[in-house]
Amino acid sequence: MIPFLALVRKDLRLFFNDRKAVIVGILVPIVLASFFGYLFGGQGGNAEMSRLSVLVIDQDGSDTSRGLISQLAGDKTLDVKASTLDDARTAVRKGKATAAIVIPKDFGRDAGRALFTGENKPALGLLYDPSHNMELGMLKGILSGAVMQTVSKEMFTGQSGRQVIDDSLARVENSPGISATDRKALRDLLGSVRNFNEQRDRETASGQARLSGGLTMPFETHEEAITSGQNVEYNGYAHAFGGMGVQFVLFMGLDVGIGLLMLRQTGLWQRLRAAPLSRTMLLGSRTISAALTACFILFVLFTFARVVFGVRILGSLAGFVLVCVAFALMTAAFGLMIAALGETVEATRGYSVMATLVLVMLGGAWVPTFVFPKWLQRLTVVIPG
Amino acid sequence: MLEVNGLTKSYGKLTAVNGVSFHADYGETIGLLGPNGAGKTTTVSIIAGLLNPDSGEVLIEGKQVKSDTDPVKLKIGLVPQDMALYDQLSARDNLTFFAALYSIAGARAKHAIDEALNLVALSDRAGDKVGTFSGGMKRRLNLAAALLHDPQILLLDEPTVGVDPQSRNAIFENLEVLKKRGKTLIYTTHYMEEAERLCDRIVIIDHGKVIANDTLQGLHKLLPITNIIAIDLDSADGFKPEQMLALPDVKSAELIQNTLRVGVHDLSQGAPAVLRWLTENGHSFHHVSSEQPDLETVFLTLTGRSLRDSK
Repeated sequence: MIPFLALVRKDLRLFFNDRKAVIVGILVPIVLASFFGYLFGGQGGNAEMSRLSVLVIDQDGSDTSRGLISQLAGDKTLDVKASTLDDARTAVRKGKATAAIVIPKDFGRDAGRALFTGENKPALGLLYDPSHNMELGMLKGILSGAVMQTVSKEMFTGQSGRQVIDDSLARVENSPGISATDRKALRDLLGSVRNFNEQRDRETASGQARLSGGLTMPFETHEEAITSGQNVEYNGYAHAFGGMGVQFVLFMGLDVGIGLLMLRQTGLWQRLRAAPLSRTMLLGSRTISAALTACFILFVLFTFARVVFGVRILGSLAGFVLVCVAFALMTAAFGLMIAALGETVEATRGYSVMATLVLVMLGGAWVPTFVFPKWLQRLTVVIPG
Repeated sequence: MLEVNGLTKSYGKLTAVNGVSFHADYGETIGLLGPNGAGKTTTVSIIAGLLNPDSGEVLIEGKQVKSDTDPVKLKIGLVPQDMALYDQLSARDNLTFFAALYSIAGARAKHAIDEALNLVALSDRAGDKVGTFSGGMKRRLNLAAALLHDPQILLLDEPTVGVDPQSRNAIFENLEVLKKRGKTLIYTTHYMEEAERLCDRIVIIDHGKVIANDTLQGLHKLLPITNIIAIDLDSADGFKPEQMLALPDVKSAELIQNTLRVGVHDLSQGAPAVLRWLTENGHSFHHVSSEQPDLETVFLTLTGRSLRDSK
């Protein structure tokens, strides 16, 4: 037992005496996991998202265009700034803005008319960086909603809308192409809107207004993050620390294997083999020391995640410990396999780094496995990453 | 004490060791002399139980090493050619670890470590990390690490490679102390002067085969000349050294500036005859000395090649 304990103790001392190994094994995964955890949504998935930088060129200057800009500026995902056409082009080209919206002259008037007649729709200009196609799609969706709300509001309750209704009523009365039935229906519709506006003006004057004018989005979304437990908030750090822990523990196993491979080429291995010790003891002690180091790294990472980011072990703590121990032993075995199969240190390091990264990637440590094709998802079940 | 009988070891088509045999008694120092690649390290590795021979056997006090954990291995201390130490640990921590490999711990370990450090004169650096040691100090500690379990046989695989003359001397002194304590030393080297200084018998190995196994004096007898007489002539003008070859004991003669070097097989007969011939032929001289040929000459004579440059 004395030799076995001495071998294990020596390996642990060498690891903890090696500042570089400790930094790479513990500090780096903590830093990376903290960063990725923040990107993945942080605690409760409430990490502040970066906002899309959008420039707006208002060539209309109408109540509608000003209302549209105000609507866009109110969206929490957009960072809206006014600009000129030339400046906006330059900013998008240089990547300082994701997109620019050009509101053309007479947009408010033409959009209002098009709302009822579908004719002569005005075109909103969109200048965008082609490397941000996904953001462009998001921006178009936000823009559609904002335009509908702004234009309908203006058309139903705004000054320009009232003018359009008056003009439309006059055109309905005087247009020979409209049948008597249609004329009556349009007269009723437009007349009802005018009556609605007049009533709303009276209520506003008497302080009794209840409804805001115009169209609004007829729904709201209720967001609920579904996590592994009931009533448990999602914590992006849990995935990040788990993934980074696995990755860097595997790297530690790789170092153990390379170290053993190098040891075989030195007098130290001869000295160890010259002692009356079995190979099982020599390799077994290395397995245990590597597994203990792996457990220690996982313990430090999860303790840090628990204390700093509130990551909790949900379900069975004993089960989690068993998984960690199993993974630590697998890592040690991985290191021994590298030492057994490797020939030259350089080539072995290259192959094993590649193998480690593939294991980590397929294990879902970088990105969730649901983005993989179905056949690959089935494979990941047996990947020890 | 140690019997090595007909060891053979091949790696593919290369026969590294081919029928090597020799023996060593208690307190005896055996030098395994040969060029790089001669098979010395392979022989030592087989004796230490690190390699299994294809054929042949190693007996230590009549017993073979049968497994990795065979207690017979306790009788062997190995000083590998490479530095077998952990630079990140102190000298004492290194020795504590190596002692533990032989299940030596506690007070017994402390005693063994103190004694080993004292022998190699590193007691004052016991707490320092080995990485801060000079090459010579590391070599001495490398030796100390093999002594902790008090082995009877010490296998020293080129233990002075890359050290300065002072450290080499220190290691020699350590080995002489061990020899006086009755340890059996098996010392591989390709330095003739080391073998000449330390070894009671020398086993010359070349291409995996033992080509000579004798004491230094015995090896000299294998040579056509056992001594060289160096005579400083007052004047070498017109002297023709080949004239000396006519004398019955003279095997070689050459003139280097004013020094005449004459090789003889028997100094007691050859020296008077040479000096008498010079006097009778009017060649005066002012200094005479004699020297023995070194192991380099022995190796050259036996293999036809230089020891250091052999392939």
